[in-house]
Amino acid sequence: MTRKYPAQGVLKRPRAVGIWLGTITALVLFYLIFPILVIVPLSFSSAKYLSFPPPGFSLQWYQNFFSRSDWLGAARLSIWIGLIVMILATGLGTPAALGLVRGRFPGKKVINAFIISPLIAPVIIVAIGVYFFYALLGLVGSPFALILVHTCLAVPFVVINVSATLQGFDERLEYAAMSLGATPWRTFWQVTLPIIRPGVMAGALFAFISSFDELIVALFVSGTTAVTLPRKMWQSIRFEIDPTIAAVSTILIIFTTALFLAAELFRRRSERLRTSTAAIAAE
Amino acid sequence: MALPATSSGRDASQRGHVALVLPLLIYLGVFYAYPVAAMMFRSIHEPRWTADNFAQIFQTGVYLQVLWLTVRISLIVTVVSLVLGYPVAYVLARVDRAKSNLLMILVLVPFWTSILVRTYAWMVLLGQQGIINQLLLSLGVIDEPVRLLNTTFAVYVAMVHVLLPFMILPLYGVMRGIDENLLRAAQSLGARPINAFRQVVLPLSLPGVSAGCLLVFILALGFFITPALVGGPQDLMIAVLVQQQVDLFNWPLASALAVVLLAAALLIFAIFVRTLGVEQAFGRART
Repeated sequence: MTRKYPAQGVLKRPRAVGIWLGTITALVLFYLIFPILVIVPLSFSSAKYLSFPPPGFSLQWYQNFFSRSDWLGAARLSIWIGLIVMILATGLGTPAALGLVRGRFPGKKVINAFIISPLIAPVIIVAIGVYFFYALLGLVGSPFALILVHTCLAVPFVVINVSATLQGFDERLEYAAMSLGATPWRTFWQVTLPIIRPGVMAGALFAFISSFDELIVALFVSGTTAVTLPRKMWQSIRFEIDPTIAAVSTILIIFTTALFLAAELFRRRSERLRTSTAAIAAE
Repeated sequence: MALPATSSGRDASQRGHVALVLPLLIYLGVFYAYPVAAMMFRSIHEPRWTADNFAQIFQTGVYLQVLWLTVRISLIVTVVSLVLGYPVAYVLARVDRAKSNLLMILVLVPFWTSILVRTYAWMVLLGQQGIINQLLLSLGVIDEPVRLLNTTFAVYVAMVHVLLPFMILPLYGVMRGIDENLLRAAQSLGARPINAFRQVVLPLSLPGVSAGCLLVFILALGFFITPALVGGPQDLMIAVLVQQQVDLFNWPLASALAVVLLAAALLIFAIFVRTLGVEQAFGRART
């Protein structure tokens, strides 16, 4: 689509329009990125309260974060919950994606929509639904309850990413393995999984982040005993005004950006693999 | 796993496929569908069959106002996102790959950053002692700090900021797929650039427009964090109202409000899937 053509094929575009478009784009991109960038200098402020520009450089807010057990405990809990959610969601979502992409059974479309629906249903609805449910079971305030709900919200990411990788998968590779005597189980581990692995990894990372970032369910279900990092941040934003939250935010921006970049790389690799297995199959 | 071993084992393999999906279905049934269904049931049966909760919502001025405000904010946020997002997606799709990948980072990093952090950033920017106020003061534009935070304006600014990437990404995906040769053909046949855009690019980008608009609108309807933190008491959106009712232990009414919200979301979701198909609609939703 971006092939180069000789000069007479060059697109005419009035200069004025080009300048306008460029200016609007620059302004909108600035609007998107500026608030994110502004937090970083604030987190290194030597002031006792939020002030801009920061009067001097200091690491006190990072020190505060890493020395306060409520902050660290919240971060640790969020990481733990995220990891378990990641494992559960990947374990449930990967086989489901296989069945949904390969299978031809009645109601498949409805089932697909149902599995994806936690992604689009307003989270507040899921949150109060499970809150009533766990309140009756006496599970409010248990990390276990958060894990169970976050897994529901994370599963669509796994199913979508794995399905995308399976879309172009050449099933003859599996037939070949099985005709050579491999059991279906062994075929899955030695042929299927290695090929779809980038999609599985991308889905797993998305699942982790979706749980790690989740606030609304946590607001209802975490009680006072299972305070996750977003929940702790929420309290801090509402009731304290010290810049510790800026330091936490900076750490989070870097952490989630790194995870998403990794997921994006996996996704790109799965796209490349898809085209290359198609090429192998074509030979 | 359950892969078709022989062609005669077709039925068995279909059963195998279903067996692969079943654990997830059971899991979601127990921990997602059942609690939500029970919550919906509570709205019409607490302690016995009643439509009072819905009657209350649709007859009380305050609740109707919240519903209307939620729809209005969501619509305005959608339109503003489209107006701001369309030119950006267009430019990103027209520049070469290397440049657009680089510029895309400016869209993706905010997209990847947690909504809580982004909303906090707006609180820092818009606050009484915030950066924008201090900047305007030092430039002499204003004499005393202007109230920016906890206003409807703040809700719009922050919500558009959070939702704009959901508009830009599907638009970009669709526009990347438009063959530039079509534009060349139109121009070589004598179309002026503006007409070539109107008659070629615009119609071909419509699937991206509808995907982006529906996605932004549906997400905006259920917004909670941003209006709760940057809005004032006058900016009560339905999700915030639901949470307040839960805190007041008014569970049946909270449930009824949630049902209204869910009905609206499902309606739009149905349109979404009908017009685009599940995979096409969501494949781009968060990548």
